[in-house]
Amino acid sequence: MRYLFKTSYSQDLTIWRHNGDLFWYGLLAAVMFVLPFVLGTFYIGELGAVFIFAIAGVGLMLLTGYTGLVNLGHAAFLGIGAYTEAVLLTAGWPFIVTLPMSGILAAIAGIAIGIPTLRMSGLYLAIATLAFGQIVATVLEKWDSVTHGFDGMPVPIPSIFGVQIQGATGVYYAALVVLVFSLWVACNILRTPLGRALVAIRDSEISAQSMGINLALYKTISFAVAAFLTGLAGALFAHYVNFLAPDSFDILLSIQFLTIVFVGGIGSLHGVIFGALFVRLLPQAIAIARDYLPSKLAHLPGLEPSVFGLILVLVILFEPAGIYGRWLKTKEYFQAFPMHRRSAFRRQRTYTRSERV
Amino acid sequence: MAAMFRADDLSVQFGGIRAVDSVSFEVRAGEVFSIIGPNGAGKTTIFNLISRIYQPTSGKLMLDGRDITSVPAYQVAGLGIARTFQNIELFQNASVLQNLLIGCHCHVKAGILSQICFLPSAKRDELVHRERAEDVIAFLGLQRYRHTLIGSLPYGVRKVVELGRALCTEPKLLLLDEPSSGLNVEETEGMGYWIEDIKQDLGITVIMVEHDMSLVSAVSDRVLALNYGRVMALGTPREVQTHPDVVRAYIGGEA
Repeated sequence: MRYLFKTSYSQDLTIWRHNGDLFWYGLLAAVMFVLPFVLGTFYIGELGAVFIFAIAGVGLMLLTGYTGLVNLGHAAFLGIGAYTEAVLLTAGWPFIVTLPMSGILAAIAGIAIGIPTLRMSGLYLAIATLAFGQIVATVLEKWDSVTHGFDGMPVPIPSIFGVQIQGATGVYYAALVVLVFSLWVACNILRTPLGRALVAIRDSEISAQSMGINLALYKTISFAVAAFLTGLAGALFAHYVNFLAPDSFDILLSIQFLTIVFVGGIGSLHGVIFGALFVRLLPQAIAIARDYLPSKLAHLPGLEPSVFGLILVLVILFEPAGIYGRWLKTKEYFQAFPMHRRSAFRRQRTYTRSERV
Repeated sequence: MAAMFRADDLSVQFGGIRAVDSVSFEVRAGEVFSIIGPNGAGKTTIFNLISRIYQPTSGKLMLDGRDITSVPAYQVAGLGIARTFQNIELFQNASVLQNLLIGCHCHVKAGILSQICFLPSAKRDELVHRERAEDVIAFLGLQRYRHTLIGSLPYGVRKVVELGRALCTEPKLLLLDEPSSGLNVEETEGMGYWIEDIKQDLGITVIMVEHDMSLVSAVSDRVLALNYGRVMALGTPREVQTHPDVVRAYIGGEA
């Protein structure tokens, strides 16, 4: 086991706990950078999609995992970001402007849903956000003059500093950069009073208030930041699919985002990455499994959503800390071997434990 | 001595129940002021009125000559009023240190955007707060629990942590809601010493709601006894304890 000897307070404020962390994350970044030269287009495209889902997942993690506000309409922010990107690019705006604009418009939508739902929590908030998601989906369908409704909308190929962002590799690199940006934003939020205020609101609203935290302001900020990041993800999603149709931003997508947060591990940024990998790879696994299943089961239309739902329920029942929690337990097992105590994590099982606040 | 805090003819009504009925009292700077009374007398309600969680039906709250009756709840900490709760409202999934840092929240100077980008101003802020939290840790002797999660701390330590979190707001006036509830005899005695230290070393004025009369008489300068939302008696601990109305309310019969 490694013991850290700290000699200054600023050591607690670094993103890397120690140089070992820096080395491993640096290595990961290097591998991610060279991967498109090694892997085929299909895998790069899939990885790009994982990154895009992870960006939206970081947003939802801040909102649901850290602030404790459930959002069943998260796909709406992705849709707003995607359509903003497509509409503005078609109008001839440069990519360097349309990308932040997608985030900003989504953030405005986030504030618009955040303010009226300030006093709601739990199930009521879930229903309100579900309704919000439906409203946005309907607007995307019916607002023919802008979104072209069910005819769909082609997404122009953007370019940045003269380089075209094209195909799987282009989207891969763009998503990688935005993902690193959103993780950086999330890390900063979590190491400053802003992040602590969000966690305080999740754990006890009454004492958060007495400590000088303005509930209305911070809940709205949480919605805005979550929506901003998801809007960015939406812009990249538009380039990933190349052709927008209004029905791709439905409740199923919102549930996939919630699955990222819960299966990955609530209250953990590592969990977002694990969750995004899981959510994007599961449909592939199901597609492969279909070949081996009896034909009646294999051609069942609702197979994929059912499996998603089942896994979500099982994870919440049996591993509330998600994949990241399981990883921590496994690591602890080997670090303490053979002195592992079965009860080492027991106390935390009933709580949503924050990775770092 | 001048009154630092004053409640003027304070009343609050929930439906048909007057939980607090024209209560007036003054708290002098630097004293420990206790509020006692049987269950349902309106003690905690007064705290919730002072920390602005409830809106009084009538009456006024004055802090240092300033009317704070319509200040929103989240600004009360910034005015220098901190509080603890009867049933401990700590942030369960965070460590002791993080709880104390949340106590520093009302002194955050860096803007939201500079925090999101972690600009130097945000970092400076953090270091100042960290030192403040360490001062409180040293004051209350919480060093060994610094990185322990609240969920795995014994109840007595949690009470001290909650006290520490209130101290982190650098209050002028500290509201303690039943500091001894759930503590054993030794822990209650320890809590009494913390309260005396807070009064003497830090010069903080304390208003305390308490049931344990030994703690009340040990630390308070003056005591206010309530029953059914009304003032029964106000004076030194000894005067109040022997006041016939108080004895009747607690023991019954015709004393």
